[in-house]
Amino acid sequence: MKFALGDDREALRSTVRDLLAEICPPDAVRAAWARAPDPAPWQALASVGALSVLVPEEDGGLGLDETYLVPVLEEAGRAALPHPLTETAMVAAPLGVAGPAAAADPSAERSVVATDLGVAGPAEAIGFGSAAAVPSATFAETFLLVAGSGLRLYEAQEVEVEPVDTVDGSRHCGRVRPVAAGQTVTEDPQAVEAAFDRGVLGTAAELVGLSRAMLDLTVDYAAQRHQFGKPIGSFQAVKHHLANARIQIEFAGPAVLYAAYDLAHGLADGGRSVSQAKWLATRAAAVTGRAALQCHGAIGYTTEHDLHLYLKRSWALARSWGGEDFHADRVAASIGI
Amino acid sequence: MDLNWSETQAAMRQDLRRWLERNLAGWRVEIGAELSGDTREGFAQQLLWERRLFEAGWSAVAWPEAYGGCDGTLWDWLIFEDEYWRAGAPQRVTQNGIQILAPSIFEHGTQAQKDLLLPRIAAAEDLWCQGWSEPNAGSDLAGVSSRARRVPGGWVLDGQKTWTTRGAFCTHLFGLFRSDPDSERHRGLTYLLVPLDLDGIVVRGFGRLDGDEGFAEVFFTEAFLPDDAVGTSVVLGEVDRGWSVAVSAASTERGLLRSPGRYQATVAGLLDLWAERGGDAALRRRIAAAWMLVDAYRLQTLQTITTLLDGGDLGSEASLAKVWWSELDIELHEIALDLLGADAELEGPWSKGHQFSLAGPIYAGTNEVQRNIVAERVLGLPR
Repeated sequence: MKFALGDDREALRSTVRDLLAEICPPDAVRAAWARAPDPAPWQALASVGALSVLVPEEDGGLGLDETYLVPVLEEAGRAALPHPLTETAMVAAPLGVAGPAAAADPSAERSVVATDLGVAGPAEAIGFGSAAAVPSATFAETFLLVAGSGLRLYEAQEVEVEPVDTVDGSRHCGRVRPVAAGQTVTEDPQAVEAAFDRGVLGTAAELVGLSRAMLDLTVDYAAQRHQFGKPIGSFQAVKHHLANARIQIEFAGPAVLYAAYDLAHGLADGGRSVSQAKWLATRAAAVTGRAALQCHGAIGYTTEHDLHLYLKRSWALARSWGGEDFHADRVAASIGI
Repeated sequence: MDLNWSETQAAMRQDLRRWLERNLAGWRVEIGAELSGDTREGFAQQLLWERRLFEAGWSAVAWPEAYGGCDGTLWDWLIFEDEYWRAGAPQRVTQNGIQILAPSIFEHGTQAQKDLLLPRIAAAEDLWCQGWSEPNAGSDLAGVSSRARRVPGGWVLDGQKTWTTRGAFCTHLFGLFRSDPDSERHRGLTYLLVPLDLDGIVVRGFGRLDGDEGFAEVFFTEAFLPDDAVGTSVVLGEVDRGWSVAVSAASTERGLLRSPGRYQATVAGLLDLWAERGGDAALRRRIAAAWMLVDAYRLQTLQTITTLLDGGDLGSEASLAKVWWSELDIELHEIALDLLGADAELEGPWSKGHQFSLAGPIYAGTNEVQRNIVAERVLGLPR
């Protein structure tokens, strides 16, 4: 029994963290509101193998499992990375439709995958939203779309994308309509379910990272902002808001790592563990987001401050790939009630 | 990352499960109707249970064998707790001695104190209650004003302790006394070990919220405490330096680790209650949510134990867990009351458990204090 990331995963995590701190600072996220995200962070992630963690070694990937990718996605969340890393590395890559071997030119990664799976949901769901909300649709190179009980793949020129406005301007959502036949990726409902579960897990990991970023930002601010002649972080009311956020994050983290381990080892309760992870991570992000906004006061209620970049992303992720009730119901069914 | 138990651990779990099943049945035949351990009669019943645990070597799993344990690791402790609560075994009436006093003896005690006191704690021969709180020193423990005056051959104790859990049924009290009359706050306190049958000590039990005599107040009036009243020195650690001994109990793993097993058992009870009574979709989601919170606590505990075994320190992070389990316990019981509907007002295990759960955010440092600790020592916010 050993419940810890261990050195290898920590090393990958810190590589990605350092890389994103340098190349995807809040200004880069902000810039991605006005235009498609700068490809530089994506290329940097590809160069350290972060896009192909789940791709087998013989296909040019790292050949690792979800327990390696989850810490990477937490760091993507911490940076509010505006690229679809969950969709590409977690959902699409294991299906063989993203990563080095899937590209026409083997030297280039086939990458930036948009999918409607987090909007449509798996077969058992009735859908979480409308076709308007496919994230990254306006700049994706590849589209992985739900078709009947399977998934089909389309190149960018095989779909029409109608951009839509979103609260988080870096989401680049669009209504996607295929105009060509595309190709079958899978018609196996279980493979679709598994892809959905990976998406849920990746989103949960991003939410944990977003929560950590919002908490760090707020702790720094509360120590530096003075009112009534003291740092506001010395007031108990402020302390308790932030302690509550820290507590929620503390207990969401291990559940996300456990769900990754669960998927990696094909344990029987796969659906349950990822739903638990998403539910807890969503709650952590909600508690942290509210605390962060409240403790920042009016400065947080502006688009000039960085907080809104993280806050709005967390709102979007909270309700895609299944919201709280969907996941609570899924867990309820799995524990026999 | 490896979430498998070893063969030895799995075997221990099996042995323990069988032992608990057999012995709980035997004990229940022996005592007749099982009463609350926070009543005089129930406490006596549970001493019979503690005797069984000790004789089988299960009373303090993670202690060295020499002191009455079985040389277990923290993983063995966790397995023990899982199985213990799963089996529906009673709350441990010896827990203050095993979980709060003993870690301080391990860390600060002399060899003689370890040799003499620890086996008697494990065997439930000495029954310890804690003498921290006073009428004017609750969360603010440094406000202790009970006095210990040095006299030839011992100490003279004056003052009052209160909210002492099961104090009316215990044989001994450990606590902080102001030994330097000119001192303030954390300084000048001595950690003393006190038999409760000394002249000048009066113990009065009183009702907790649930009506059981689970609380006591202890009055010290010119009570003479001989230096060797516990068969060895009555001072734990150094004279006037008792504060550090007391807080070490709060930060050692055995002192503040609360096993997830008991909440897993409570949630299993909720699932049974749901099967029996049913409810609407909202209640079903609350049960699922509570299940997830309990399981998250289990997973975080696995992570914490891994950290401790790798040489890490629990420290202030224990406060995160304390807030989590105490608030979770209330939610679990409130769900049960909602499932019971109007029957929730009937006396029974759920209504009793609910009242007990309400103590969680108060004892062992209120959750307000815990949140301050999280904010100041974990997050580094200014004091």
